[in-house]
Amino acid sequence: MECYIGIDLGSTTTKAVVMDEDYNVLGRGITNSRSNYDIAAGVAKHEALIDTRFMLFRNAMKNVAALGDKYEIFMDELERNFRLEQYLEQLIDLDETCTKASENTRYTEWGSDLTEALAGVFKRVALEAPDLFAPGAQRKSDFFRDIAGSQYSTISEEVAKEADTPFDVLLNIYDRSIIDVENRIYTETTNQNLMRALDRTLVNLPDLAPVADEVRTEVQKVLGIDLEETYVIGTGYGRARLPFSKDHIRSEILCHGLGAHIMYNDTRTVLDIGGQDTKAIQVDKDGIVESFQMNDRCAAGCGRYLGYIADEMNVGLHELGPIAMESTRKVRINSTCTVFAGAELRDRLSLGENRSDILAGLHRAIILRAMSILSRSGGVHDQFTFTGGVANNEAAVSALRELIKENYGDVTINIDPDSIYTGALGGSTFARRAVEGIPTEAVA
Amino acid sequence: MNIKDQASTVAEKEDSMWKQKEMINENYELLSTANERGQKVASTFVPGNINELLMCFDFARNFPETNALQNAMRKKSGGMIMEAEKSGHSEDVCTYVKADLGMMMKGNKGPTGLPMPDPDLLMLSYTGCFTFMKWFELVREQYPQCETAMLHVPYQADGNITKNMRDYVVKQLKEDIIPTMERVSGVKFDIDRLREYMIQSQKAEDDLVYVLQSAKNKPSPIDAYFGGVYYIGPIFTAFRGTTAATDYYATLRKEIEARVAAGLGPITPEGVMKEEKYRIVVEGPPNWTHFREFWKMFYDEGAVVVASTYTKVGGVYDNGFRHDPQNPLESLADYCLGCYTNLNLPARTDMLEKYIEDYQADGLLINSIKSCNSFSAGQLLMLREVEQRTGKPAAFIETDLVDPRYFSPANVKNRLESYFQMISQKRDRAA
Repeated sequence: MECYIGIDLGSTTTKAVVMDEDYNVLGRGITNSRSNYDIAAGVAKHEALIDTRFMLFRNAMKNVAALGDKYEIFMDELERNFRLEQYLEQLIDLDETCTKASENTRYTEWGSDLTEALAGVFKRVALEAPDLFAPGAQRKSDFFRDIAGSQYSTISEEVAKEADTPFDVLLNIYDRSIIDVENRIYTETTNQNLMRALDRTLVNLPDLAPVADEVRTEVQKVLGIDLEETYVIGTGYGRARLPFSKDHIRSEILCHGLGAHIMYNDTRTVLDIGGQDTKAIQVDKDGIVESFQMNDRCAAGCGRYLGYIADEMNVGLHELGPIAMESTRKVRINSTCTVFAGAELRDRLSLGENRSDILAGLHRAIILRAMSILSRSGGVHDQFTFTGGVANNEAAVSALRELIKENYGDVTINIDPDSIYTGALGGSTFARRAVEGIPTEAVA
Repeated sequence: MNIKDQASTVAEKEDSMWKQKEMINENYELLSTANERGQKVASTFVPGNINELLMCFDFARNFPETNALQNAMRKKSGGMIMEAEKSGHSEDVCTYVKADLGMMMKGNKGPTGLPMPDPDLLMLSYTGCFTFMKWFELVREQYPQCETAMLHVPYQADGNITKNMRDYVVKQLKEDIIPTMERVSGVKFDIDRLREYMIQSQKAEDDLVYVLQSAKNKPSPIDAYFGGVYYIGPIFTAFRGTTAATDYYATLRKEIEARVAAGLGPITPEGVMKEEKYRIVVEGPPNWTHFREFWKMFYDEGAVVVASTYTKVGGVYDNGFRHDPQNPLESLADYCLGCYTNLNLPARTDMLEKYIEDYQADGLLINSIKSCNSFSAGQLLMLREVEQRTGKPAAFIETDLVDPRYFSPANVKNRLESYFQMISQKRDRAA
């Protein structure tokens, strides 16, 4: 089937959206941008195609009448098991890469102790893997680097103590290996992983034994569908790195403008706060960009700022919003400089300010900066759509709502849970449109 | 302007380019030996420069902004700016000023490596930029023996030049500027000599206007910003009124006429631009530290600048103004009063609107300079107004004059590409 793909290479994450010929979104994929945009684009696209495959599974499974009310449980189990299989596959790769790295002469003094320690670490990491993907399990991140890194670090610290092997040597080996592992795309084995996930699912859900064959047949049918990459459009900071011709590249301003229009047809103003830039875009009734403004030269007040704050406070990025929401009084913070963020935070703490109040102040400071960019772009017009990673942060959203109301009155504010994919959505729409307009360039 | 850096890769080296290069080098040589030869040196600024009058007193002419940008194009300004900052100049100070002061602190070698002379006269023609005044105050501290002359040019607050304003400038020329120049140089003022120079100025101005207006052709034979800064080089600096400048412009005009006849696009550092996809009007000075890289972002996308306000800072001629040998002092006054930096926001907005219409441009781009208050104040307002009046899309980018730290290629390129694609998107829909 024809697939139209938009890839948004951001500074922090790379996103992909797959669309069918009727402009329906089939799948979404996201990965960390690493230092390698080619790989990030490849991984995000691959993930979006897997997501597409799952969408097709879901449609197909609806036809399996015998599944009945087990449909949701089955799909949930299948997806989790697939993620587990993917994780295990990369873990094996990481194990082999680390073992190879440990043979480097600089580690010879640790001899076979090191080999054994590594084997011990990986054995335990693998053993714990199913728990990470168990029903209801919370993962701080969906990226292999984060999950495996955190597991490896915790377990190797314990193993190091027991085996009398230095912890830093184990960490060093991991650091050298993770980049290689992260820079490999596992496209060949996707179908095998899916089938293994299906086996696991059927074992975990013995109730389904009577319909197992029917399910298997449907899964095989879906796997037989060829997902043809009909047209790919790249956008975002890394777009120039994409191995496409110029026709396949659009600026993220255009993509975000169009993406927001697709999500909310009546959008006139778009604010996107990403990792290192803030964009304010005015679009017309067709999603065509009228004007735009971006932050200049420095990433003060962008998503990365929140990342630094989270690091400084030793909490996860997604925990910042909830902590800030507990604030009871306003603390005024003027600096949105990412580099000064830590100093500002420590200074406030030393003055005895409450942590959640400070965080609320920091969120407000970011939004104040965005408000200035918005006004430079021509103000806020109804409807207003907020996109980008920061749109998932409730404290940022709350500050934004307050300031929009204060400055522009009652404006409809749209925030889509999938807003991080706005640029990629615009890209995939451009891809579909390109083929409608230029049929001869249908193959990317 | 500097073509030295470009010469190696410029596909077609036209006669005018060689001529200009020689003129600039000769002037630096002249300046380097002026003190020992006993020739008096005047330092002055591009906007409102009264070059013909300085020539009447045999002054060698030194232009500090031009030195700064020449140093920037040769990648020397960064170190100079840091040197000035070490001595206490803030990050927000005009980077032309810091590059100039830094150059003095680092041994006062000019862009071509030759020593710069001690000035005998600081000729400040005040045409709207307050920084120029502070700049010369600082330079004066370095040269206590040097005389300062200030020509106060009233700001065109109401958007026109009145008789009073003109009379006020002429009065200062007669009562203050000319006597000061006579005293410093020891040369008696001869108004006929001034008239002779102005005959040359007029000719060169006619040819310059032809060249700049040739961009009304499709395709435009010139880039009126990146190419434009070369074209304005001689006439905005030490050469207006000289036969060398007149010859330069006659040669340049012939070259452009030939390009028009052949239907050719502008010359870029990578050869003749093939397809003209976007016609842009630009407001604001260019960035000099990454000049080539900046230009490439345009021609790679098929964008040509058809008109720019920066090429009017040293004189607005396309509205019909010419230096007038019949009324030399009055025309010097009109010249200073009419400089782009001396215009108010409504006049600048009108000018941009007119350029978009007259040159059939696709839109307006503002390159806002971090450290230039004179240019940058009010630019967003102008952008919105022009956008509204013309219905053409506008965009805003930010760089700096000569501080290499304030040019972020990825950001600028990103915005430019977005802007060009925005134009194309709008055009597609209109079609």
